[in-house]
Amino acid sequence: MSVPAPLYLSLSAVLFTLGTVGVLVRRSALIVFMSVELMLNAVNLSLVTFARLRGGVDGQVVVFFVLVVAAAEVVIGLAIIVNIFRTRDTVDVDDVDLLRG
Amino acid sequence: MTYAVWIPLLPLLGWVANGVAGGRWGRRGVAVVACGTVVAAFAVGLAVLASLSSLPAGARHVEVDLYRWMAAGPITVPLRLLVDPLSAVMVLVVTGVGALIHIYSVGYMADDDAFARYFAYLNLFTASMLTLVLAGNLVVMFIGWEGVGLCSYLLIAFWFTRPAAAAAGVKAFIVTRLGDVGFLLGIFLAFGVWGTADFGVMTRDAAAHLPLGGAAATALCLLLFLGACGKSAQLPLYMWLPDAMEGPTPVSALIHAATMVTAGVFMIVRMHAVYLRAPLAMDVVAVTGAVTAIFAAASALVEPDLKRVLAYSTISQLGYMFLAVGVGAWGAGIFHLTSHAFFKALLFLAAGSVMHALGGTTDMRRMGGLARSLPWTAATFGAGALALAGIPPFVGFFSKDQILSAGFRHHDVILWIIGLAAAGLTAVYIVRAFVLTFLTAAPGVMRTPGNGDAGGHGAPHEAPPIMGIPTLVLAVLTLVGGALGVSFVHPGVLARFLLPAVTEGGPAPAGSEAGAGEGVLVSVSVAVALAGILAGWLIYRTGTLRGRSDAVRALLSRQFYVEDFFNTLVTTPGRGLAWAFDLFDRDGVDGAVMAIGRMIGRGGGWLRRVQSGYLRQYAAILLIGVIVLLAYWVSR
Repeated sequence: MSVPAPLYLSLSAVLFTLGTVGVLVRRSALIVFMSVELMLNAVNLSLVTFARLRGGVDGQVVVFFVLVVAAAEVVIGLAIIVNIFRTRDTVDVDDVDLLRG
Repeated sequence: MTYAVWIPLLPLLGWVANGVAGGRWGRRGVAVVACGTVVAAFAVGLAVLASLSSLPAGARHVEVDLYRWMAAGPITVPLRLLVDPLSAVMVLVVTGVGALIHIYSVGYMADDDAFARYFAYLNLFTASMLTLVLAGNLVVMFIGWEGVGLCSYLLIAFWFTRPAAAAAGVKAFIVTRLGDVGFLLGIFLAFGVWGTADFGVMTRDAAAHLPLGGAAATALCLLLFLGACGKSAQLPLYMWLPDAMEGPTPVSALIHAATMVTAGVFMIVRMHAVYLRAPLAMDVVAVTGAVTAIFAAASALVEPDLKRVLAYSTISQLGYMFLAVGVGAWGAGIFHLTSHAFFKALLFLAAGSVMHALGGTTDMRRMGGLARSLPWTAATFGAGALALAGIPPFVGFFSKDQILSAGFRHHDVILWIIGLAAAGLTAVYIVRAFVLTFLTAAPGVMRTPGNGDAGGHGAPHEAPPIMGIPTLVLAVLTLVGGALGVSFVHPGVLARFLLPAVTEGGPAPAGSEAGAGEGVLVSVSVAVALAGILAGWLIYRTGTLRGRSDAVRALLSRQFYVEDFFNTLVTTPGRGLAWAFDLFDRDGVDGAVMAIGRMIGRGGGWLRRVQSGYLRQYAAILLIGVIVLLAYWVSR
């Protein structure tokens, strides 16, 4: 009945690649942010998969940690993006280059 | 006698007060503080003199330890003052003449913007000089020695916006520094010989530690004498003093005539017990003094600048003092120091009045006939001139005569003849200065400025009383000061007072038995002085004597090419060396440092391109890094 593990892992790889490409090619900070979330959840999916394969729960526990950290990151990240928008009237990450050497 | 510490402390407090708050309480306050502290120090000096006189002659040597300054192994250096007749006399000369010059300065500097700064420096100088004369060991003396050097620099370059003044200050500092190297080495040598530089110990144990004529004694004395040469402007380190005339005239009177430049003489008298162990060094001192005396007197003959004439005169008179101490006539040396302080300060203050009247001119070729408009100045200058020439009953006659007769009686008639010749030249050049300044009305001089107030300064006018009265007091001292050492009642008052301080370990001072030839010697020296005055009068006033040689004139006006000699031999190679060092420093040392810096800078410039500021580029680099790491692990 169960879906075989390689499919889950393939889905995870596809999602992760989508997220990576999103981070690399999109210029809107919000989309970049969403792509990062996509990558995180791709990793979560593979963690759960491996946990089931091994029959343990530690991988699933790690997923909770990742979720919590991701939630915190969203809070901070969104706050930063809002602030950038307020001060610079844009969320284009290529325009935010204060640290250029 | 602990209160002797107030003598240097009072002017020091005046310096602090005027230096910190002088700009705030106005000129009157500054003047009151500056003059008041020096006058108070003079009063303390009188009290010290009184209590010293009440002691028996043998006990007139009081050491005041303030605190232990340095302690290193077996060597301890206390901050110690030494009160004895010698330092008491010096204290009175420094504070007495110093107070008069402070008061004079109130009038002279009245229009100067840096009034408070001037008096702060002057007070600091007085404090340093008093430290020097009251010092109980060579190290404390060195504090004062360097302190007066610093103040000399500060005050020569007082009008530092004038390039000549700034350069003269630097020159004085550097030339005296040459001598100070010798002085410092002498102090080290003293520590090597005695393990201490305390004057009391050195005087007492001189004979025990130093074999007569030994190398250590000679080296020590010559090193210290090198310091004295620099400070007291003797050959060959004299050339800073004429340039020092760029400073305000009261400074020239106080520092470069009456007090600081005599520090070398004082130091040798202080160390006389040591010098007695080194006859060779004493001969060097005497010969240097004699040669300087006649050399500077000759240079003064052709100098067109009134103050510089007086500067050469000072060098010449200092030469007399070194001649005196070089033949062991300590008392005569200090007596001439005192009398010189009187009459040379007087001459400078009178010259300052002339400058005041003429709006700052010192070139005698532009003066003349001033006796009519400045009768008091002319009279006081004349008194100083007669004292300088050695005419009785002025003080200079007594002191100079003591030196000459000491030189005659010593062993060296040559020294006496040189001294006598210098005395003759002295009379000639001071008559020349007097005639050119006060009598001869040169054509087109500034004595007739047309209509009174057109030139801003108006006709030459006598100085205000605040300048006139100190000058007058000095003139009176010049007239009656001879009583301090009337040579016919050997030894004079001053010499008798100094006896306990300056004869330990030595023979009785020269002249303690009035020889039968004394009268002859006196007559000869007075005759020479009178002849000099007559010659000067005939040459410069009436023009009867003519026929001077241009070659001689050129030789004299370049001071026998001593300075050119130094420029060629020392300054030019020195500049070359400095140039080479500069090249090495700039291109070698700095070059290496700069090259490293440039390399790092260039590397940073290259690396900074990595920091593009594009978030997505960072992410890409991160991704590449992860892939590379993964590939590495997988392939392993």
